[in-house]
Amino acid sequence: MRLMNSKPNRAMRIALNLLPFVILLIIYTFASDARLLENPSDKLLPAWSSFADAVERMAFTPSKRTGEYLLWVDSAASLQRLLLGVAISALIGLVIGVVNGMLPVMRATLSPLVTAISLIPPMAILPILFIVFGLGELSKVMLIIIGISPILIRDLQLRTQSLPVEQLLKAQTLGANSWQIMVRVALPQILPPLISAVRLTLGSAWLFLIAGEAIAATEGLGYRIFLIRRYLAMDVILPYVLWIAILAFVMDSLLRLLSAKAFPWYHGKREQA
Amino acid sequence: MNNAIIEIKQVWKEYGDQVVLEKLNLSVQAGEFISIVGASGCGKTTLLNMLLGTESPSRGTLLLDGKPMPAEPNATRGIVFQKYSVFPHLNALQNVMLGDEFSASPFLGKVVFAKPRKKLQAKALEMLKAVGLEDAAMRYPSELSGGMQQRLAIAQALVKAPRILLLDEPFGALDPGIRKDMHELISRLWKKLGLTVFMITHDLSEGFSLGSRVWVLDKPRIDPQQPERYGAQVVYDISLTSEQKIPQSIQNLLGKTAQDVYDISLNSEQKLPDSIQNLLDNTAQDKAV
Repeated sequence: MRLMNSKPNRAMRIALNLLPFVILLIIYTFASDARLLENPSDKLLPAWSSFADAVERMAFTPSKRTGEYLLWVDSAASLQRLLLGVAISALIGLVIGVVNGMLPVMRATLSPLVTAISLIPPMAILPILFIVFGLGELSKVMLIIIGISPILIRDLQLRTQSLPVEQLLKAQTLGANSWQIMVRVALPQILPPLISAVRLTLGSAWLFLIAGEAIAATEGLGYRIFLIRRYLAMDVILPYVLWIAILAFVMDSLLRLLSAKAFPWYHGKREQA
Repeated sequence: MNNAIIEIKQVWKEYGDQVVLEKLNLSVQAGEFISIVGASGCGKTTLLNMLLGTESPSRGTLLLDGKPMPAEPNATRGIVFQKYSVFPHLNALQNVMLGDEFSASPFLGKVVFAKPRKKLQAKALEMLKAVGLEDAAMRYPSELSGGMQQRLAIAQALVKAPRILLLDEPFGALDPGIRKDMHELISRLWKKLGLTVFMITHDLSEGFSLGSRVWVLDKPRIDPQQPERYGAQVVYDISLTSEQKIPQSIQNLLGKTAQDVYDISLNSEQKLPDSIQNLLDNTAQDKAV
């Protein structure tokens, strides 16, 4: 049988899914052992026991200096910034995207501006944000918004414009005005694409968050990683990175479930006759 | 003919130098069912768009109930397209209710209070029953077959009681068996509700078997050097009501290729004469099988 036609069964698929992770873990263990054998105080590839110690220290022991559980404080601070930034961006993307997509007058006015903004690398204006909004929470949330809302706007504008013209004509023959068509016809149909777009931009949102925190913050996952980098504390950095990946994965899964649950008509789509 | 529902007076449609439709002079009474046939690209859709209001005539006047046709679509004209006529995010019942919700709630476009909502639901269910979809009221369009989606689209359009109903190749994508059911449905609704219907079709037998009148669009003159110089006209305006003789003028036109006199009755099972079939075949290469 050709390779392209052989499909793994369920058990096989799960095994194959896990295989690369297992291989990576084995390679890491061997490499770490080898280095530690040569130099027991090596910091680059810590042993599994050092990770356990570090997690215990960061997550389950109050910090000596502040008495806080650092991992949770960092997570709460980062998640708050991230969720705020993503939620505001989604709202901006939805409103401007639908309005631009539906109203040629608005599109003519706003579309070039959105394109221009989206071409500026957000990191390049981070200094401006710090100057304008100060070093507090606002500038970091603003960085996320400036980074991802142009992408969301452009994506949702295209989605709105690609609604079948027949639908929009039909709605007009049902007596709807522009506003009603936006609220009852366009908006609900743009919500599932909004969720997909947010899922895709979550990676960028994390990037901007970590970058913002690395430069100016007093707590946060990105702040911590960059702080302890000075001590080459790989035993803390790697669990933090893994934790960020887990948080990102959970968010992505939640959004996927939300979409499937809230928009059955979008996911149960059969072939349109 | 002052009580005509649609009057088309000396209407031309041109895009720059390209003449699409020329010299249309037609008048339609309430309750007529007009099938519009013709080759692809001969202006059927342009004519429909003018009736819908998405395009306006370059010259001449188009009257609805004696008043100029509004320049954008509104609730006086219902439409059913071949595809995408229903809203995928609403179930069948919500799709049918939508028209009434728009008029009842200018700001939200949605009737939220239970009592008036019940009333609209009852009316929508009644309409779904009329098109045979009462058992599918809670299903989304993606869960409906192509024929059921078109039934839904018809129900949705009829809720607004439009003055005229436009059908743009409504059954073109359906299987022959389903198509026959749909023909029965639309004939029944037409007679029961006294609708005025315009239907574009590629299928000649559909055009001649449904409704009361057939318009054949074609270009009577063609300049080989400049094909866009002349537009299409309604070359045959054939009344299909029983026992009626085809007017002399159309007989003359038909006489160019055939000497027979046609008396085509909708009610009989009479086949179309070969000569007329041949004549019409030129204008509908993609006639459905």
